[in-house]
Amino acid sequence: MHSTLYDKLWNEHFVTSFDSGESLIYIDRHYLHEVTSPQAFEGLIKKNIKPWRVDANIATPDHNVPTIRAKSFAIESIDDEISKIQVKELDKNCDLFGIKQFDIKSLNQGIVHVIGPELGYTLPGMTIVCGDSHTSTHGAFGCLAMGIGTSEVEHVLATQCLKISKLKNMRVNFEGIPSPDITSKDVILFLIRTIGVSGGNGHAIEFAGSYIENISMEARMTICNMSIEAGAKVGLIAPDQTTFNYLKRSSNLPRELLTDAIEFWSTLKTDPDAKFDKEITIDVSKIKPQISWGTSPEMVIDFDETIPSTSTRKENQKNFENARKYMGIKDEKKLSDLKFDRVFIGSCTNSRIEDLRDAAKVLEGKKISKKILQAIVVPGSGQVKKQAESEGLHSIFIDAGFEWRESGCSMCLGMNPDRLSPYERCASTSNRNFEGRQGNLGRTHLMSPKMAALTAIHGKVIGQ
Amino acid sequence: MRTEDNIQIEGIMAFIDRDNIDTDQIIPTEYLKSIKKFGYEDYLFDGWRYLDEGKLGVSKTSRKLNNEFILNQPIFMTSKILLARDNFGCGSSREHAVWALRDFGIQVIIASSFGDIFYNNCFKNGLLPINLSRSVIDRLFQLSAQDAQLVKVCLQSRNIYLQGEEFSFNLEDDLADRIINQFDDIDISLKFADKISCFEQDRITKRPWIFYNE
Repeated sequence: MHSTLYDKLWNEHFVTSFDSGESLIYIDRHYLHEVTSPQAFEGLIKKNIKPWRVDANIATPDHNVPTIRAKSFAIESIDDEISKIQVKELDKNCDLFGIKQFDIKSLNQGIVHVIGPELGYTLPGMTIVCGDSHTSTHGAFGCLAMGIGTSEVEHVLATQCLKISKLKNMRVNFEGIPSPDITSKDVILFLIRTIGVSGGNGHAIEFAGSYIENISMEARMTICNMSIEAGAKVGLIAPDQTTFNYLKRSSNLPRELLTDAIEFWSTLKTDPDAKFDKEITIDVSKIKPQISWGTSPEMVIDFDETIPSTSTRKENQKNFENARKYMGIKDEKKLSDLKFDRVFIGSCTNSRIEDLRDAAKVLEGKKISKKILQAIVVPGSGQVKKQAESEGLHSIFIDAGFEWRESGCSMCLGMNPDRLSPYERCASTSNRNFEGRQGNLGRTHLMSPKMAALTAIHGKVIGQ
Repeated sequence: MRTEDNIQIEGIMAFIDRDNIDTDQIIPTEYLKSIKKFGYEDYLFDGWRYLDEGKLGVSKTSRKLNNEFILNQPIFMTSKILLARDNFGCGSSREHAVWALRDFGIQVIIASSFGDIFYNNCFKNGLLPINLSRSVIDRLFQLSAQDAQLVKVCLQSRNIYLQGEEFSFNLEDDLADRIINQFDDIDISLKFADKISCFEQDRITKRPWIFYNE
């Protein structure tokens, strides 16, 4: 029997099966944040159940935390009373159950999908879950990682297992060498526009091919992060020497254990003759910088292409018309005809050190356009911020006119003070351009950190 | 199925003719600040249902209603069934989307496909997602366009009835059972606690790096 990487990870964690076709799958690592956990903890308290394996859990507040805060910042300083309660609740629950938390004051606090890998809590071959759909990020390490709902968060805390059905297998092969201005963000946006936002529904997507083999862990995380935007809650990449080199820096494992682990991790790959239910190959050498024009992550075009007014699918035409109207697109033909108000560089998709280096390289010695009301850079974690500062990147951003912030989810989702005002147009390195995502009636254009930096300089979309 | 016969849900069917209705539309992030599991009914489809911006704790009565939105039309205010197109509930994993639909009174969602995480979340809260082919969905939209429809969904026969027409759907017995009896998965899984413990012990030996420092 020839197995895919996903099959192997599934079998490795299989505990038992049910008549419904569901299985109990053992969970190695559980990440928690303040938004989707309080109701789960409440359930445990009501049922008088303790977490099955406390040490499997790692928590940090990220969605609600303000990104302007002093070192001495305490939860009490959060202006929004309701956000404050939620962050306090995480503190309270972590204390009550003895769960390790990197709290708001910790140097290691950050977006949960950024801190997990960088602190060595994400290891190849693990099953990883979190009440957040971008948990697929961790698949970049050869993990079976997926987002879950709050009832499942409670279930994992109580049983250390997930009761789920097996997904189908899909493989996306990215082949070729991209042009130098192309980042992994362009590649994943190109895939989503190609297969659509439901193209991966019901499937775990394995990303493979020569392009994947040649990119960094940061770039791989960006790809796996957005597999959910293609409908796949699981995205994964087989671990290789690039993965092991990253882990030699991030993990705290003693040398002997790490050697044993690497020996096992090296076996985590799809067998040559394994069958996939779906498979596509994409030539990355033809990809241009990708930017979203509408209100779904599949509404993406080349940066210099004409904005479409008709859908290729008749039933979808209404969505197109709604999207054009929502985005304030009337007679404008190209993205370069649109005036931008804000620029956001950050989120679990693009807030890692490599993303900040990419943007800083574009911005070095330049100033942002006077037409831009605000441009912010939000490092994904305290560690990313520290690293960027040691490289002097913060000075480049500040000199260009960007604000240099503390880590958090920030303007990706409009849940903290970083939000768009109605009708404002934002160049954003985040992952979702849904209506109202960055603030009520706000208009989001998804793009890479490089393109966001260029948009900041020119006040509109322009090529390099 | 081991419960009483003819479990059925009967009510008005509302419809939203859009693909890819994401969970941010079903309930915007603002309302995810609540730490409760109930009380989300006023915030369902907030961006479409109201003309002004809402805040957690601000009630429906003080908001500006968008009278064009279907759930604001008197006959649809008590809808129990919702019809949509492809990929309903895509995007964020927020279970609040299911809680908001449930709290509003929606018990069944009929669509041509669903977001994977949303689909799972439905069954944890007694909400029934029904997957039908695009052509059947087209027919249901045609029938809905004429007038508000009283629809009957029978869990036992796996049939949807409206205007004398009958549409069948598939649903595993176990899942139907869960909708009807509102079983708690934690209770079911903990029956296998010994198995989980054995598996874990074996894993600690086989893959010690996962448990290092614990």
